[in-house]
Amino acid sequence: MNGPELLASYEGVLRTRVGACWPGSRAVFRGHDLHKQLHDADWVELYLFGITGRRFTPQQVKLLHGIWVITSYPDTRLWNNRVAALAGSARSSPVLGLTAALAVSEARIYGGGPGLRAIDFFFRARKAIDQGQSLREFIEQELASRFIYGYGRPIDSHDERLPWLADLARSQGLADGPYFKLAFEVEKTLAELGKPSLRMNYAAMTAALGADLGLSAREFQMFRVPLFFAGMPPCLVEAAEKPEGALFPVSCHGVSYEGVGKRPWRDNSE
Amino acid sequence: MSDIDPAHLIHTKIWQEEPEPNNPFATRAAYCRGYDVFGEMVGNARWVEMLFLLFRDELPGKAALDMLEALAVALANPGPRDPSVHAAMCGGVAGSSAAASLVAALSVGAGRYRGARDVFDAMTAWDACGNDFGEWDMHLRTLPEETIDVWPRREHPPGFDPHGISTAGIVRQLLDRLTQIGSSPRLSWLAVHREEVEAAAGMPLEMTGVAAAAFSDLGFAPSEGEMLYLLLRLPGAAAHALEQERNGFRRFPFYPVELQDDPVNKEGA
Repeated sequence: MNGPELLASYEGVLRTRVGACWPGSRAVFRGHDLHKQLHDADWVELYLFGITGRRFTPQQVKLLHGIWVITSYPDTRLWNNRVAALAGSARSSPVLGLTAALAVSEARIYGGGPGLRAIDFFFRARKAIDQGQSLREFIEQELASRFIYGYGRPIDSHDERLPWLADLARSQGLADGPYFKLAFEVEKTLAELGKPSLRMNYAAMTAALGADLGLSAREFQMFRVPLFFAGMPPCLVEAAEKPEGALFPVSCHGVSYEGVGKRPWRDNSE
Repeated sequence: MSDIDPAHLIHTKIWQEEPEPNNPFATRAAYCRGYDVFGEMVGNARWVEMLFLLFRDELPGKAALDMLEALAVALANPGPRDPSVHAAMCGGVAGSSAAASLVAALSVGAGRYRGARDVFDAMTAWDACGNDFGEWDMHLRTLPEETIDVWPRREHPPGFDPHGISTAGIVRQLLDRLTQIGSSPRLSWLAVHREEVEAAAGMPLEMTGVAAAAFSDLGFAPSEGEMLYLLLRLPGAAAHALEQERNGFRRFPFYPVELQDDPVNKEGA
């Protein structure tokens, strides 16, 4: 079936396996009664169950919590946090500011983009190795054809978050997975190939841990959605406490105009 | 004069503001690409002239202005069946904020099915294939291998309707009307070769395909076309959101559900 017949077969009804609610009665979450069976679930576990349909152990959930906690930086200068804070300063609503800040976190040079490409890199590396290619050959090939996401950091190549996350993974018995090991092998190989500045960053370590937990690239992309979230409300709250418009006010002198000089508007009467 | 650290300056070729003598945060005069916006443009310039100037230094000729204005009229309201407007109405019907309704329309209307990313992809295809049917034929018959991206993988050739049987009347009308307005090499080529490219794609042309050709003819880059497509479809989303707010949720569909994994059924099994 295709074309309009396909659309017509979906019209006017929701067929679903993920759940539904009957106000005044009950709610179902992926085949479970939310209140009877999941009412005391950890929120992150419920979130992951919603994404994947799979359950995670308490150790895995603790690690996933940690991935979010360790990178929750309430620095209002950061671009995504700045969006949340500007919403507070401009007296917008908190949900608008915070959702916009989350939306911009899916960026090309930080956040969502590198995270997704890092886990994709590990999956492709694993596949290449399984097919007989050496890791060194694969990395050389990647370096020649594209940027390797997950290694290197613009301001300081040392990522202060990694020891804390690695310790957490070890404490939960989750630091022995093949992708976690691969992440370090990649860093070592990059150094051997004359790229010592391409040290592992947070995207690579979280991607490796996510892959070892069995997350697909798209599941990992969705897991990462609230990655920076806890750092955002403080920025918004503080900005909202300042006088309105007082966050990063820009005077006319703060803008450097570098365009065409002044000119008269054309006669548009013809 | 100012003692602002040069590293703290915002750099722009688009907009210049001169301060009031007594307040550097109040604008005495604003210039867009050198034109005095409030002194000369307001009341004299067309909306589409302002739009063009925001994206480029020089104004195009009258035909290009007319084409962008015609396209803006065509795109202004995708209608309540469109997913982006549906999303905006979900905001309006329950009294969500105005911005939330528009954010909903932007987010849903951003994607690869009937959305702005489809326009971006189609404009990228125009850049690659130009007015060469051989190139289009090859492009349309194979979905390219893509590097993983935040967007889901493409499921159909960009600019075409995966559920269509024949070209919708409004798509044909828009294509015909835009080609009559002025110099439009890509739209004109598309009008002549529409049936051939549709056969190669295996599906009919969609509104995003016409918009992509028009934006390309107007000299916009794919990233600019994507932005304009998002922007120009918002008026309808706004109006429909407010209309549903007035109508109330009791007159808005809340569809029946067929739950296929119900624990109640498992208990009974």
